[in-house]
Amino acid sequence: MHDPINTAIQIVVVLLLPPLLQGVIGKTKALFAGRMGPPFLQQYYDLFKLFQKDSVFSTTTTWIFRAGPVVALVTAFVAALFIPMGSPRSAVSFVGDPIVLAYVLGLSRFFTTSAALDTGSPFEGMGAAREVTFACLAEPALFLGLLVIANLTGSLQLDTMLGTVTDHWSTEGASLALVLTGWSIVLLAENCRIPFDDPNTHLELTMIHEVMVLDHSGPAFGMILYGASMKLLIFSALVVRLLIPLTGQGPWLDWPLFIAGALVVAVLVGVMESSMARLRLTHVPALLISACMLSAFGFVLLMR
Amino acid sequence: MPERTVLLALALAAVSGLLGLLFPRRSPWGQRLTTLVAVAAGSLGLAGVAHYWQRGDSEAIVYPWNLLPGAEFHVLVDGLSAVFLVPIFAVFLLGSIYGLGYWRQAEYPDSGRKLRVFYGFLAAGMAVVVVARNAILFIFGWEVMALSAFFLVATEDERADVRAAGWLYLVATHTATLSLFATFMLFRAASGSYDLVPIATGAATPAMLNSIFGLALLGFGIKAGIMPLHVWLPTSHAMAPSHVSAIMSGVIIKMGVYGLVRMSSLLPLTVEWGVIVLGLGAISAVLGVAFAIGQQDLKRLLAYSSIENIGIVFLGLGLAMLGRSLERPDLVVLGLAGALLHVVNHSFFKSMLFLAAGSVIHATHTRDIDLLGGLSKRMRWTALAFVIGAVAICGLPPLNGFVSEFVIYLGLFGTLGADHHALVSAVAFGAPVLAFVGALAVACFVRAYGVVFLGVPRTAPASHAHESPPSILFALAVLALGCMALGLYPPLAVLPLGQAVQAWAPDIADATADLERLVPWQPLSTLALSLAAGLAAVGTLLWTQLGRSRVHESVTWGCGYQGGTPRIQYTSSSFGEMLVGLFSWALRPRIHLPFIKQLFPQESYFRSHVPDPVLDEAVVPGLYWSANLLAWFRVFQQGSIHLYLTYIFAALLVLLLIPQ
Repeated sequence: MHDPINTAIQIVVVLLLPPLLQGVIGKTKALFAGRMGPPFLQQYYDLFKLFQKDSVFSTTTTWIFRAGPVVALVTAFVAALFIPMGSPRSAVSFVGDPIVLAYVLGLSRFFTTSAALDTGSPFEGMGAAREVTFACLAEPALFLGLLVIANLTGSLQLDTMLGTVTDHWSTEGASLALVLTGWSIVLLAENCRIPFDDPNTHLELTMIHEVMVLDHSGPAFGMILYGASMKLLIFSALVVRLLIPLTGQGPWLDWPLFIAGALVVAVLVGVMESSMARLRLTHVPALLISACMLSAFGFVLLMR
Repeated sequence: MPERTVLLALALAAVSGLLGLLFPRRSPWGQRLTTLVAVAAGSLGLAGVAHYWQRGDSEAIVYPWNLLPGAEFHVLVDGLSAVFLVPIFAVFLLGSIYGLGYWRQAEYPDSGRKLRVFYGFLAAGMAVVVVARNAILFIFGWEVMALSAFFLVATEDERADVRAAGWLYLVATHTATLSLFATFMLFRAASGSYDLVPIATGAATPAMLNSIFGLALLGFGIKAGIMPLHVWLPTSHAMAPSHVSAIMSGVIIKMGVYGLVRMSSLLPLTVEWGVIVLGLGAISAVLGVAFAIGQQDLKRLLAYSSIENIGIVFLGLGLAMLGRSLERPDLVVLGLAGALLHVVNHSFFKSMLFLAAGSVIHATHTRDIDLLGGLSKRMRWTALAFVIGAVAICGLPPLNGFVSEFVIYLGLFGTLGADHHALVSAVAFGAPVLAFVGALAVACFVRAYGVVFLGVPRTAPASHAHESPPSILFALAVLALGCMALGLYPPLAVLPLGQAVQAWAPDIADATADLERLVPWQPLSTLALSLAAGLAAVGTLLWTQLGRSRVHESVTWGCGYQGGTPRIQYTSSSFGEMLVGLFSWALRPRIHLPFIKQLFPQESYFRSHVPDPVLDEAVVPGLYWSANLLAWFRVFQQGSIHLYLTYIFAALLVLLLIPQ
């Protein structure tokens, strides 16, 4: 806790901002479709309502099914504390924290997919299989990007890495642009957005994330939605901070700047979803492998 | 002095099984006495190691041993030996207790006593390997270990498939031993004695050193199960009784790692060797876990996952070797400490997973995961142990696997930007490889855990499963606690690892201090503790707040379909289908399905499995080919002893006639 004010702001932002991102995506999509769309605050209402509701559990399930949503939410929150947002220091930070970030999210994946298999439903098994498969390809893309940034900044601490990486846009812009593209693809994949997964589809056979949580209801489902939104914030923050430097004028300017950046990412995701269709499932690995390759080329460029 | 304690412990271990022979076959007391002595031996050995860490007062024990010229009974415990002694004694101790429930004398009157005799010999042989300071004593311990393991793999030798696995193991281990004989002969030629002391730089030609290292890599690599030398490993792990699989996977293959670590501390290292070890590690890690995803036999799956983990260990070791040859002490410290910590961690969680698999087999009598399912409700504690082991082996916080992988990651990232030496930076590509392997491991173990323990039982044996007896659960519980202790409080490992690194690279000023400085031990511990506490707190809070009254029970929602049966659940092959497809160039999966001809197809089937292509398509055809080629040599093989004695006499005569 180097900086109590920024830490407090970060905790508040991590807790309050994520549902708004979903609202912005929804509004953007509605705008493109010529609809009114749900209000910006829709997911706050949804979460509030879900936490009031009763739960239905399948008789097949065990404690894993109940643990899944808890792990998803807690790990997303813990991971978000490592991410530098609107301040030069993130709330928690030590050497090697990008690795911690990836593995804490891995823990979440282990338990959410196990919870899906716990129901014994073939649909949820299908979703779990897809989730773990695509994660295998998204993970190297994330790490190759980290390699580039670690190499440029000489640090292995997320806040230092992302705090100083923007200085290198003028000299190593090509590498960073490749990483930015790679990471944007990872953002869409990890958060199950189009072109990887369609959160609005109603055909279980084609879904990934949504089909894994078919059996969750009430507060458990609320925790899953909330955790997923936090994960969106985490990846948006990585992209935003890779692109936009902080002003260094103190929290009162930097935090609004960061939040605006995250909202712009949400708008872009919405634009993306409105302008293209979901990829055929068999083509998804190809896109993820190209994300890895982009970041790998970014690294190779540095070694020239 | 730890040496005396360790020698006493290994002597006790060696006689533990023999004592059981004093009792009649049907009596349970032989096994009880054996187990008691084994527990004493294990505890004594661990106490010796703990004493060494506390006091560090080791002192070589040397006796003349006129077995062969150059042989000497020379024993010394140093930091490296101490780290490897922990899994040897811990897994031996717990495996013996586990055997009380798993391989009861009353159930297996024929094989039980034989198994325990060799189980004791095995532990003693391995302990000799890691404390020996003379090459001949080392080979002696090595052969005791290798041959005992053969008898252990072949415990149920009335079954043809077990005998086949045993022979395959025997061929592999003899190849390894042959290669080690050559290694140590060359070593003696280079250093002048069979003592395991460092060869001075410049004392031997590079060609000589390359041969020594190449042969050591072959011999120890076969034992460690590094790809593509792993061919013996999956089958023998699958066929052995589970507590034997646990010690094979948890400890025996680590003796290969130990051999290579010890050998690399004695030779002046070159950059190329480091790169080779690192490359082999990367290949083994990725393909090991890919093969594991293709397996339907629970124990074969775990065996392939051991190949993956040995690959991770080799990544760390290769990094340390590179660091030593390039004079980068930070890479040495991080690489070797990560590798050794992973050795210990893997011995904990992989033994636990094999023991849990044994518990499943004990209850259901099958290893085929597609016949299981829903065991979590029937075998609650086994399932809990398996999930702890699975989280740990995937390298996820807050358990111990994360810590060792984290240290290796730090080392790999540490190669960045040093002097922009392209080679060194290329090593950093190991980090994405490790990330890839980590994600694949999650896929592999979610698949294994989900198909075996979750959902509903697919067959009758699975639905009639029952929890295992307390001796089995006790062993699982102790190993689970070990995984948690090292995960939640990793600073425990700093001192032992520091001493081990110091022993490997004496030119580093203070390895323990470096290790303490380079790795954020305290934050890691805080992270793990707060993650565990956070999960427990949020979990309890939410699920107690919700109360029982607001929870309804129902069936799993079938998306409108009412006719579900257990068979429509996702199977292990469907779960792994996409990943197996991605790796089909290496795994070469076999798929059998009929060609559908009619408009309304009748009953159909689908089968897929992933055999081992290195064994089936390279090693076996290669052996047949060479056997045909060498058929004429059979003339000399007449099967009569006196003829063989004549050969030996003739060979000796020729050797005597050759001038020195």
